[in-house]
Amino acid sequence: MSINQSGWRPTAPEANTDSVPASFTGNKALMLEEALIFEIGDTKTTGVDFAEGDVAHDRLGNLTRKAPIGLPGLSEPETVRHYTRLSRQNYGIDLGFFPLGSCTMKHNPRLNEKMARLPGFADVHPLQPVDTVQGALEVIHQLAHWLVTLTGMDSVAMSPKAGAHGELCGILAIKAALEARGEGHRKVILVPESAHGTNPATAAFAGYRVEDIPATSEGRVDTAALIARLGPDVAGVMITNPNTCGLFERDMRAISDAVHEAGGLVYCDGANFNAIVGRVRPGDLGIDAMHINLHKTFSTPHGGGGPGSGPVVLSKALTPFAPLPFVEKTDAGFRLVEEETAEEHHEQTFGRMVAFHGQMGMFTRALTYILSHGADGLRQVAEDAVLNANYILRSLDDTLVAPFGHSGPCMHEALFSDDNLAEGFSTIDIAKGLIDEGYHPMTMYFPLVVHGAMLIEPTETESKAALDQFIGALRSVAERAKAGDTALKTAPHFAPRSRLDETLAARKPVLVWKDAVLAEAAE
Amino acid sequence: MRYLPLTSHDRTDMLAVIGAGSIDDLFVDVPEAAQLDGPIEGLPMHASELAVERHMTALSRKNVAASDGPFFLGCGAYKHHVPASVDHLIQRGEFLTAYTPYQPEIAQGTLQMLFEFQTQVARLLGTDVANASMYDGSTACWEAIGMARRITKRGKALLSSGLHPHYVSVAQTMAKFTGDQLETTAPTLAAETDIAGLIARIDGDTSCVVVQYPDILGRIEDLTDLAAACQANKALLIAVVTEPVALGAIQSPGEMGADIVVGEGQSLGVGLQFGGPYVGLFGCKDKYVRQMPGRLCGETVDADGRRGFVLTLSTREQHIRREKATSNICTNSGLCALAFSIHMTLLGEAGLRRLAGINHAGAVHAARRLAQVPGVELVNDLFFNEFTLKLPVEARPVVRTLADRGILAGVSLGRLYPGVDALANGLVVAVTETTSAEDVETLAVALQEILA
Repeated sequence: MSINQSGWRPTAPEANTDSVPASFTGNKALMLEEALIFEIGDTKTTGVDFAEGDVAHDRLGNLTRKAPIGLPGLSEPETVRHYTRLSRQNYGIDLGFFPLGSCTMKHNPRLNEKMARLPGFADVHPLQPVDTVQGALEVIHQLAHWLVTLTGMDSVAMSPKAGAHGELCGILAIKAALEARGEGHRKVILVPESAHGTNPATAAFAGYRVEDIPATSEGRVDTAALIARLGPDVAGVMITNPNTCGLFERDMRAISDAVHEAGGLVYCDGANFNAIVGRVRPGDLGIDAMHINLHKTFSTPHGGGGPGSGPVVLSKALTPFAPLPFVEKTDAGFRLVEEETAEEHHEQTFGRMVAFHGQMGMFTRALTYILSHGADGLRQVAEDAVLNANYILRSLDDTLVAPFGHSGPCMHEALFSDDNLAEGFSTIDIAKGLIDEGYHPMTMYFPLVVHGAMLIEPTETESKAALDQFIGALRSVAERAKAGDTALKTAPHFAPRSRLDETLAARKPVLVWKDAVLAEAAE
Repeated sequence: MRYLPLTSHDRTDMLAVIGAGSIDDLFVDVPEAAQLDGPIEGLPMHASELAVERHMTALSRKNVAASDGPFFLGCGAYKHHVPASVDHLIQRGEFLTAYTPYQPEIAQGTLQMLFEFQTQVARLLGTDVANASMYDGSTACWEAIGMARRITKRGKALLSSGLHPHYVSVAQTMAKFTGDQLETTAPTLAAETDIAGLIARIDGDTSCVVVQYPDILGRIEDLTDLAAACQANKALLIAVVTEPVALGAIQSPGEMGADIVVGEGQSLGVGLQFGGPYVGLFGCKDKYVRQMPGRLCGETVDADGRRGFVLTLSTREQHIRREKATSNICTNSGLCALAFSIHMTLLGEAGLRRLAGINHAGAVHAARRLAQVPGVELVNDLFFNEFTLKLPVEARPVVRTLADRGILAGVSLGRLYPGVDALANGLVVAVTETTSAEDVETLAVALQEILA
């Protein structure tokens, strides 16, 4: 509960080589160390000037706070400098290529940010009377319309807060639909082994038993195995398309038909919708529910891991079970269907998933992005994303092993394995070597169906020149790993930190800051 | 198409390298029947930045912004002043356009911030630890109930009548699918929450008791006895905080013995945004950390012995444990957590306490003034910055009429509890540092005219 009052406390200086002396501060020119706020701030400082005026405690009874909280403050210049220095220890898409497969890191248009910050969107309360928020409801309604149109589905549930939350929405809709037709006894969800880990977690969270379906040597779902497993106990399947090997599931329509025939429903993980937007409508593939990560396909910032937004498009079969709230257009304007108004037409809704209406700030950004691209631009998005991925795949398959290089074109991401590296070298060494080349590494060790997977997603916002430079860098690092260059084993050498001890962090978790003296005393 | 850097020349060269005749050859695995042959129906072609800006700005002007006039809405989302430097800093590209810190060597900025955030949140809530944020308060509340089930191996949760009705709805939705049994009732327009009644209902099947603090009517209650009763019955006390600024003025739930404290962090750094994105806060006692949902950042050292930070304890999470994970959550509210943390750093303890004191003083003044309006009664005995008025008539149409006069007067309980007659006259009024004495006077005068 204490705060260091001694001021600046640099991290111990480190010399890089014998010939270069350590700096006093631990800084290396523009590579700047930064202490924790608990080490540089104190509880008496504040960076906010308040208006003169009363401070009262007279209706708090005996609950008035007595004990200190232990929150350090900094003046405004110190705050700006603290977070600016921290930001410089981060890699972001604004700095360079960020080829995280299945995560889709692409340019974040600043117009989106500007529009989301208009007072009429940013400064509106979720419980205002509906005729004071007609513009916000219109944004939701317009975006919903385009999501339904682009996917060829019947309706969309806008409120899920992120992709995994959208999965939950889709699975709950499936469960509600089955129960409504008296088939609540179906307790199994089939999940291909190449699926995101969220898929089985979601199904289990909704009370289902999860059974894995294997992949073929081509990197697609084993359709025969899946169809053979269908039966009266199967509630449905969760399938990712395009899948996490970067491939289109050619048999999707046949799978959907078989699942429907067996009485189940089809969930599609739409995390990779950016590969097909404007070219393929999932509704034509027989899908019943699919979430769309707005932050991926429709570009909203996902700063440091969130927030996301995961609207779920639904087929006719699932539409009556969509969660509350949602927006309807009437002659009198837009209205919000919530608990009290749901009784009229929506009595089968499975309920509410979030306190308010979902990620409005993300809806604004996504609609801005859709209108900027238009019908021609969105189709070009998918085409350029797929072109860029295939360009990487074919430019590197002489250097790295592409396990599914024979399975047809990849979609938006290219997959390699670490099969041809020198003894003792693996994907992690390539990844850390790429950091020294100034790149954020690709997705590592996922999907699990490939040994030492490297999943590279260039997206449509990379230029050919940027791809060529990356291809050159990855080729160079891969050649070093094939030659057994031991310097790779200790990479990165030029990052703000060298390899971090993740085992120590898990074995002796330190999750909050404690004054060093107190922490030692406690041990 | 300003976001797409490839030229037609590039495309031709790249197709040649790939060995494909045309872009269509790259979509050969998509069945013909699923290929869209024409443009998307009704969607215009790409538009200039200026044209899109005009369209969106026109839509934004159809809303009444909170800053357009006197504003008194709360109930889980609050209008506070956010210092300009907060939004400036979160828009730095290295924060804004970073992803989950999977490569810690080049993500120390995000990771150190999350470590600082976890410490700030834990201290504010009064818990040993906190995670790196959740979607929002309502989903954090549900996750806490699930966590209590895993810890106690019991499935009955008691929800206080003072818990936000939307939070109750979220829990009820989820419970339908997980089989949890939830016991809840709507509040009454009484000065105090029925803590004694809750204590009386705790039994050997109770996994947890969930109580909001301050509650949906703005009431505050000592939770010490409830915590003791939970402990005696081996049930967990979950406290929900939707207005974290309150904890600058009143004791934290953790101090009073809560096992898990969740909250909505929107008040600090994050705007109203019509309901999202927000930032869920989640803290608990040390002994429960391995049952906690969401991401955690931990301190460690690098190969040169320097302090650094990594995501840790991921063996609880979906990408390792698949169907055995503590939750299916894969993302957090990283950028909103950053905004929360910067705002909290600017405030510091001294600033938070002063901010809380100003909020409370404004609310005390407003409660006194509004209760002078003939026919209006103040329900609360104790409150922080939000309180409930009992009007002589239904509150919902009154709110509507006041909105026509440019006054957003508060949240009518009729909106939150449709069909509950006993609450229909209730109006929940929130006051923050952004509310002026003139705003209160304007509301009081208008209310008096309408009720006359």
